[in-house]
Amino acid sequence: MKIGDLTELAVRNLREAILRNSLTTLGVAVGVASLVAMLSLGVGLQQFASQRLTNSGLFNAIFVASRYNTGDYERRSRQNQPADSSTPARPLDESARWEIAGLPNVNEVYPEIRFMTEVRYNDKPYPTMVAGMPDSARTDGAFDGMQGKFFSSSGADETILQIEFAKELSEQPSSLIGKDLVLRYAERQALPAQGGKAAKSSPAGGFSVVPHEKKLRIVGIISTEPEGGFGAFGRSRVFIPLTVAETLSATQVSDLRDVLNGSSKTSSYASLTVRVKSPTQVPQVEAAIKSMGFTTFSLLDTTRNLRLFFTVIDLLLGIFGSLALAVATLGIVNTLVMAILERRREIGVFKALGADDRDIKQLFFAEAGVMGLVGGIAGVALGWLIGKGVTLGTNIYLSRQNLPAVNISAVPLWLALGAIAFAIAVSLAAGLYPASRAAHLNPVEALRYE
Amino acid sequence: MPQGNNGVAIHADNVSRHYKMGDALIRAVDDVSLSVGTGEFLALLGSSGSGKSTLLNLLAGLDRPTAGAIVVRGRNLAEMDTHELARYRSLTVGMVFQAFNLLPRMTLEENVELPLRLAEVERADRAARVREALEHVHLEKRLAHRPSELSGGEQQRAALARALVNRPTILLADEPTGNLDSATGEEIMLLLKNFNQSMGMTIVMVTHERPLAERFAHRIATVADGKLISVTEKSRDGAQS
Repeated sequence: MKIGDLTELAVRNLREAILRNSLTTLGVAVGVASLVAMLSLGVGLQQFASQRLTNSGLFNAIFVASRYNTGDYERRSRQNQPADSSTPARPLDESARWEIAGLPNVNEVYPEIRFMTEVRYNDKPYPTMVAGMPDSARTDGAFDGMQGKFFSSSGADETILQIEFAKELSEQPSSLIGKDLVLRYAERQALPAQGGKAAKSSPAGGFSVVPHEKKLRIVGIISTEPEGGFGAFGRSRVFIPLTVAETLSATQVSDLRDVLNGSSKTSSYASLTVRVKSPTQVPQVEAAIKSMGFTTFSLLDTTRNLRLFFTVIDLLLGIFGSLALAVATLGIVNTLVMAILERRREIGVFKALGADDRDIKQLFFAEAGVMGLVGGIAGVALGWLIGKGVTLGTNIYLSRQNLPAVNISAVPLWLALGAIAFAIAVSLAAGLYPASRAAHLNPVEALRYE
Repeated sequence: MPQGNNGVAIHADNVSRHYKMGDALIRAVDDVSLSVGTGEFLALLGSSGSGKSTLLNLLAGLDRPTAGAIVVRGRNLAEMDTHELARYRSLTVGMVFQAFNLLPRMTLEENVELPLRLAEVERADRAARVREALEHVHLEKRLAHRPSELSGGEQQRAALARALVNRPTILLADEPTGNLDSATGEEIMLLLKNFNQSMGMTIVMVTHERPLAERFAHRIATVADGKLISVTEKSRDGAQS
C-alpha cells in the first residue's frame, strides 16, 4: 500500500476508537512531557550556568601577568602551562599593553585596577574594594539584570554598587540610585629621583601616598559581581569606569612590588585582561602572548569540564524522564492488541481483498507511529509548559528572597524534534509485536471471527 | 469437462486440506480434482460442513492445500509465497461472502475503493473505477452511504462491486444469497449470471441450495465429507446430464 493510503487508513482507524486511542496517545504525551521537562531543566540550567559564566567574561578572557611577578598567576601557570623559558621575562607596562592589543582577534586589553578605599555616605565611612570596569562591560552582558543603568560614558564620575554593599548603605538599596557618595582613596605620587618634582607615573624611585576624594553618582546596583575576583586580592563591591579608575592613580599592590623590585624604570601593571573575539581563539592568542614573555591563564578547561558535567546530568535526567515513556509504550501495546482482537474480521477482509502480510503490518505500524507523532507533539508542548511552570515557581520563590529572576528551562529545537522522533521510534517499537501478530493472522480464521 | 470455450481457468489436482484437532485428523478437503473452464459458472454444492467453503478458500489462495496442486494461469498456488498469493487475490480473483463483509466504518465508495488502494492503483484513476463498478450493480447513487444504511441485497451488490473493481477474471462467491430473502437472492444471482455472460467472467459459487445451482450454474460439483462426489454438467438448454 502507498504511504498516503496507509496514513489515511491509520488515522481513520484511530478515529474510530477515539477515546481509547486518545488515552493511549495522552499516555505517550505524558511520557514525552516528563522527558522533555527533565531535559529542558537540564538544558536550561546548563544555559543559565554558561550564560552566567560567559557574562562573567572569563571564557573569552586571557589574564596576563609579568614573569617578574610572583604569586597566584605564576603558581597556576606552572601547574597548567609550562612557561616558555626560551623567551626572556619583560615588564607588563604600557608598551606591552599596546603590543598585545595589536595581536589578531584581540578585542581589547585593559589593566585590572582594584584598590582599597573608603566610601563616605551620609557622613559614615564604609571601607571596601573598588574596581575599574571597561566600557565593553556595557554590551557583553556582564551587567544584565542590574537595577538602574550602566555608566553614561567611559569618563563619567559615576558608580555602580554591588547589592550587599548597597544594603550596608541603605535598607532600601534601590533608593540609592541617583544619589552621590564620596570615594576616599590613596593617590600615588612618584618621588623625584634626585630632589626634582614629584611625578604621578614613575614609582621607580619610590612614591608618596596622598589622600584624595572623588565624588561619584550612584547609577546602578548589581546583584552579583561581574568579574568574580579571579586572580585578584578580594571581591570588589564598588565599580567605576576604568578610565576614571586609571586617572585616579590610586595606590595598588603592584606599586609596592615595583618599588621592591627596583628594576622597573616605568610603571607596570599587576595584570592585564585580554578580551578575545571568541573563546575558540583563546589558545592561539594565549600562545602569542606567552611568546612575548608573559605568563597567561585562561579558563577554557573549566568550560570543557562544565560541559561534561551537564552532559552527564542531562543523561541522568533523560533516563528518569524516559521511565514514563516506557510505561506509555505498554499502553500502546495494549491498545494495538485490543485493536487486533476487535478488527480480526477486518484483517481477514483486507487479506481476502489482496492485502499482503506486509500491508497489515505497516497499517498497525502506521497507527502506532501516528500515536507516537501526536503524543510526541503534545508531549513537547506539555513538557515546555511544565518547564515554564517550574521556572515561574522558582522565580516566585527567588523574588521573595529578593533575588533576580532566572530562566532555568529551555526547549531548544533539537530537543523538541528529538523528543518527537524518540516518541515515534518508541511507539513503532511498541507496535512491533502487535503488528507482527496482526500480519500473521490466518485469513480464513479471521473471516470466520464474529 | 469444463464448460468454457477458452481453456481451463482453474485446475485443482488431487487437492487435500487436512487439519489436526488433538489426535483427530480432519479431512476438510480430501483428494479433490476439478477443473473450471474459462468463462464457466460452476456451483459447488454441498451440505454444511461438507468442505465446499474450504475448497473455495483454497481456490481463492486464502488457504494452502496440505497436498495437491491448484493451478491458475500456469502457476501453482501451493508454491506461491505470501506476497504472490496476495497479488493473486488482489488482481486475479474477486470474492464475495455470505456475510457481505463490508467494512462498517467506511462508506460504500471507500469500501469499493479498498481493493484499489491495496493494488496501489493511482488515486486519480480510482473514482472512475469505483463508479464503474457501482454502476454494474446499480448502486452508483449510494456512494456516500455506509453499509448500515443499505439493505441486505444492496450490501451484497456493493460487495459484488468491490469484488469487480480490480477487474478480476475469476469471481469466487461463498453462499452469496445465504443471508438474503429469495427475491433479493434472485437479484444477486441475475447479476452473477450477467457478469458471467457479458464479461466472460469465470464464476465458482458455493451454495447449499440445489435449485439455485441448477438454475444458474453450467456445472454442479457436489461435495460431501471433503470429497468430490459428482460433477453434473448441464446442457445449454438447462437440462442436466
